[in-house]
Amino acid sequence: MNTRIIVVTSGKGGVGKTTVTANVSVALAKEGYSVVAIDADIGLRNLDVVMGLENRIVYNLVDVVEGSCRLEQALVRDKRVNNLYLLPAAQTRTKDAVSPEQMVELCEALRDSYDFVLIDSPAGIEGGFKNAAVAADEALVVATPEVSSVRDADRIIGLLESEGKKSISLIVNRYRSSMVKKGNMLDVSDVSEILAVKLLGVVPEDEAVVVSTNKGEPLSMGYSSPAAKAFRDICHRILGKDIPLKYPDENEGKGIWEGIKSLFRL
Amino acid sequence: MGFLSRFFKVGDSKKKAKERLQLVLIHDRADISAGMMEMLRKDIIEVISRYMEIDESQIELELEKENKSVALVANIPIVKVKRNYRNIKTSFNKGE
Repeated sequence: MNTRIIVVTSGKGGVGKTTVTANVSVALAKEGYSVVAIDADIGLRNLDVVMGLENRIVYNLVDVVEGSCRLEQALVRDKRVNNLYLLPAAQTRTKDAVSPEQMVELCEALRDSYDFVLIDSPAGIEGGFKNAAVAADEALVVATPEVSSVRDADRIIGLLESEGKKSISLIVNRYRSSMVKKGNMLDVSDVSEILAVKLLGVVPEDEAVVVSTNKGEPLSMGYSSPAAKAFRDICHRILGKDIPLKYPDENEGKGIWEGIKSLFRL
Repeated sequence: MGFLSRFFKVGDSKKKAKERLQLVLIHDRADISAGMMEMLRKDIIEVISRYMEIDESQIELELEKENKSVALVANIPIVKVKRNYRNIKTSFNKGE
């Protein structure tokens, strides 16, 4: 089995790393691949609540590296989707609890047993990010179309390149095409031109993301909102399918009335 | 500012965002490691030495940041210019 180990990172916090990790993991699992999602944000874990698995955690990543349990014991199996597992972070420890060598060892133990390992990186460029990225072969960089986020993404891409990652691709998240049309938001081509890495997908701003996070059911579980479609497209592109990039519209799928209302909400 | 002017108003904050980003990234990316500067220095010496003899100990190579741009400034003292430049092998002229 040719396991792909992918880190999801951004530099800046709050741009949607955890949402992307959860949804892409679910989408890949729904395509029939076996997936382990690792929360590398030790001390500030959140992938468990976004995936809705917070009540089923027994052991965590730090327990595994410290030898308090076996790796398989710490993996939380998602009962809603076949072949989807979560390795939660420890909540009461700090980033120093794990070393880069231990992360490599842990990920190598998963290699050859699963199709995909997705690692949700903490924000920042320090130890936590380095731990998350060290074992990965590929990186997904998440950025929103804002100056601060794009700047931090540029820094992260520089660090990933110097680490020798062979594949770095970009996901533009929380895209608001109505603002782009009005000239008030960086468009996709601006962001991908500036960052100069492969664009893997564009996720529109979508209230359904908030609702799904409230419920602990990632959108990719089966909703058909614009963001859910974008995550499905991203999943297919990861699998090497040639899905044309269309710029999503957050009004898509709403009724005519909603469309008219948003037209006048200038 | 009535409804109509709001309707037809086209924002330009995107343009400003792009310009500011491109500028700030030039500065961010210009924060080049000492290792890369050393590699660049060696490569520049190698290329220039094909054409002229230079005083390697006196070379000054640095990035100068000004308000709107970043420049690579090199000060390379020449000792002697080579006469047989036609025989130089470069990537453009493989000496065929």
